[in-house]
Amino acid sequence: MSAVATGVEAVIGLEVHAELLTQSKMFCACSASYLAGEPNSHTCPVCLGLPGALPVMNRRAIELTIKTALALNCEIAEFSKFDRKNYFYPDLPKGYQISQYDLPISHDGHLDVRTGDHHRRVGITRVHLEEDTGKLTHAGAIHTSQSSLVDLNRAGVPLIEIVSEPDMRSAEEAREYMQRLRQILVWIGVSDGRMEEGSLRCDANVSVRAPGSTELGTKVEVKNMNSFRAVYLALQHEIERQAAALEAGEEIVQETRGWNEAKGVTISQRRKEYADDYRYFPEPDLPPLHLDRALVDRIRAELPELPATRADRLERDLGVSADQADLLTDTVELADYFEAVVATGVPAAEAANWVLGEVSRVLNTGVLVSALTVRPEALGGLVARKLDGTINNNQAKELFAELAGGDTVVATAAAIDEAIQSRGLRQVSDTAELERLVDEAIAAQAKAWEDFRGGNERASGALVGYVMKQTKGQASGPAVTEILRRRAQAG
Amino acid sequence: MTADLTAGIAELGRRLRAGDVTAVELADAALGRVEQVDGELHAFLARTPELARESAAAADAAIRAGNADALAGVPMAVKDVLCLEGVETTAGSKILKGFVPPYTATTVARALAAGAVPVGKTNCDEFAMGSSNENSAYGPVRNPWDLGRVPGGSSGGSAAAVAAGAVAWAFGTDTGGSIRQPAALCGIVGLKPTYGRTSRYGLIAFASSLDHVGCFTRTVADSATVLQAIAGHDPMDSTSSRHPVDDYAAALGGGVKGLRLGVPREYFVEGMEAGVSDAVRAAIAALEKEGAEIVDVSLPRTDYGVAIYYIIAPAEASSNLARMDGVRFGHSAPDAKTVIDQYMRARAEGFGPEVRRRIMIGTYALSSGYYDAYYVKAQKARTLVRQDFDAAFEKVDALVCATSPTVAFELGAKTQDPIAMYLNDVLTIPADLAGVPAISIPCGFSEGLPVGLQVIGPAFREDVVFRVAATYEGITDWSSRVPPLAEAVA
Repeated sequence: MSAVATGVEAVIGLEVHAELLTQSKMFCACSASYLAGEPNSHTCPVCLGLPGALPVMNRRAIELTIKTALALNCEIAEFSKFDRKNYFYPDLPKGYQISQYDLPISHDGHLDVRTGDHHRRVGITRVHLEEDTGKLTHAGAIHTSQSSLVDLNRAGVPLIEIVSEPDMRSAEEAREYMQRLRQILVWIGVSDGRMEEGSLRCDANVSVRAPGSTELGTKVEVKNMNSFRAVYLALQHEIERQAAALEAGEEIVQETRGWNEAKGVTISQRRKEYADDYRYFPEPDLPPLHLDRALVDRIRAELPELPATRADRLERDLGVSADQADLLTDTVELADYFEAVVATGVPAAEAANWVLGEVSRVLNTGVLVSALTVRPEALGGLVARKLDGTINNNQAKELFAELAGGDTVVATAAAIDEAIQSRGLRQVSDTAELERLVDEAIAAQAKAWEDFRGGNERASGALVGYVMKQTKGQASGPAVTEILRRRAQAG
Repeated sequence: MTADLTAGIAELGRRLRAGDVTAVELADAALGRVEQVDGELHAFLARTPELARESAAAADAAIRAGNADALAGVPMAVKDVLCLEGVETTAGSKILKGFVPPYTATTVARALAAGAVPVGKTNCDEFAMGSSNENSAYGPVRNPWDLGRVPGGSSGGSAAAVAAGAVAWAFGTDTGGSIRQPAALCGIVGLKPTYGRTSRYGLIAFASSLDHVGCFTRTVADSATVLQAIAGHDPMDSTSSRHPVDDYAAALGGGVKGLRLGVPREYFVEGMEAGVSDAVRAAIAALEKEGAEIVDVSLPRTDYGVAIYYIIAPAEASSNLARMDGVRFGHSAPDAKTVIDQYMRARAEGFGPEVRRRIMIGTYALSSGYYDAYYVKAQKARTLVRQDFDAAFEKVDALVCATSPTVAFELGAKTQDPIAMYLNDVLTIPADLAGVPAISIPCGFSEGLPVGLQVIGPAFREDVVFRVAATYEGITDWSSRVPPLAEAVA
């Protein structure tokens, strides 16, 4: 936990919005891929809010909301409804947003997060479904700009809002919560989780109080945090700002502040002198939602093993370390890949080293797991050939890098054997040959040999290196070292 | 006389199929009549001659091929709150001046698919808010029976157009009585179906939970024919019902023998004109003579109807009309300096006084601190009104009563007194609150002006409503009366 110098305790709750990965919008048949077309090309009378147009619910969006809620351990309401949230803004074509007010689809869940050795269960107040707004483009603030360009491609895209309890106590915890939440949303396929592009958005309510106090201080809403880093930096800054204000005897003002990444500060946007009145009332154009138990049960049954559970299983059943298990379950695709490698019969520890080492190196260049040309069966074959001594570690890594950098999909152990053969790769472990080369090495690197005999293990490097050079890297490193040790002991 | 549009849908259809007249001739006759009478009536906001002739030609081809639908070739009109692709649709408001919808309302599309020939869009109270048609931003409609009087509202243009023989039938919408009251005041048949029976997609919303699409016709049989064509589930309207659509024509000849008809005692309200109550009591007696059992029933919450309505309808309207913001369509203030200024001016300039009044009432009713006292309480009271009907329909098959407490009143008579205007809907509002089907049919005259009889049925029992109405229509000749204006041009 980060210690704030002034010794206050932060209280943080997050409101997270995620656009659902549906084909069509929430209340019409327009494509939900709003970035794909020209501005206002994905629109119809319904999402343009034309007079007379009516909304029709997107069943898939409701199912994805239920799926999210179940993954966050929420209760699903048997009876739910949509409400209108009324306000005027040019990005809101109807003059109201169809949202959920007092009867959301789900409520009362939780998400477990860990910072260092500290575990915390963060309560999920509710997950509800609503529609996204359009996008405005203007110079500066809308109230001073000469004009604003309105693009309604995004208007009506299904959006879930995940509201947490004010259970987080530090910026680190908030960041961890966001990371865990994003991991789950992407894992179960409801969101693409792109914070920079705005498909996943986060607002925070932050207040501070004396440690141990149970009262809540005046909360400030922090907006415009477009990355995990921004969540951390903005909240850290805001906590310190509030702590300093209290220290100086100032009062915290209830307001909305925006994170300014460039300046590294939160800036006051709007004072909340009186509460907004959105005049919520039940959406008369949509019948209430009766969520069938059978539907909820089916979605529950289809829910994949979630990342935390899977990480526990990998640690418990396969014996990888907790940190490795965590990394291997970063995405469902990576975890599947790893388990498929293990399924070929190679030891889990070895598979974990390869996936988190060589494979991750390729993924870090922007390649998706699904686009890896070396498929798990092939990687299993490659690791097996290294373990059985057919090729040495360097050869294995070089071959992997070559195949992973190519365009040809290598999907079987047989294909690996073929690649080894066609390249003439083999590990020189013929003892007579190695003994002869070690003789040469001792002659050529006399100083190193003397040092090694004198007990300097590191001096073996030059000797092994010589042998490797002579065999173009095909010698078995461990075998050469073994011969050197034997010779040294023999005197 | 073969092109006399007061003949109605069934008779015109017969003439079309017999080859006595063509749909193009009927369309031209209708357009000619609109030209003749509309200078005085002002029933139309837009005329669609090209669309009419095009649709008529298609109908003629279908008639020749022997595969014409029931509405084929018959001229009709569309209330201007229903979208018709490519035709300016204003809802009687300045704020929608120039709005040309890129799509057609489902009910209108179904009528067009059944061969209907649209000759124009009809005038109405702005956003269907009114009972006299005097709230239209484009000027009032006049009653064909007396040009000094109102046709009723909000669907005044549609009612006047049918009564004057300019079209054989017309679309209307009913939120608090906007079909039935003008039908009564203009001496024609006006049907408000069950909520959800007809799609609202493409109907410019006034109050979503109360808006109904229905029709004006000359006869009950024509009303059944129109409903048959436009009713049924619409995937574009989530509140439209999947309840099967009955065969309405089959219900018409059933008579009333053995039916129990309830007369709600609260519906002979204070202030009801004697001529109206006399005509309605005579009609009830005539139904009794036909074999119906007349039962005294009580709808005890009738008194609260208007109050409930004037909370819920404005509340929904305040939200529904928020999209009229001048950003994407309609009236805007292009020289506004700020976005707030643009909203304020577009809406202040674009909306008329009654619409502004209702937006303010509705905004207030939904405001934090008042929501429970007004909106929530009104919704609870609405449930009680619905229960009144449920209880009544356990005892009777249908209710019979007056449609409007008065005959058509003079232009300007109630414009200074909104409450007096609102109370004109006291007998029609409850069926909207309960969502049950109701029809108004001519049942006589008072001081030379038409009186309407209202028949109200249980939800989705339009068949019963039609059966009672058709029986009454069959034993009287009120439906064949046309105003002097229609005779003059016929």
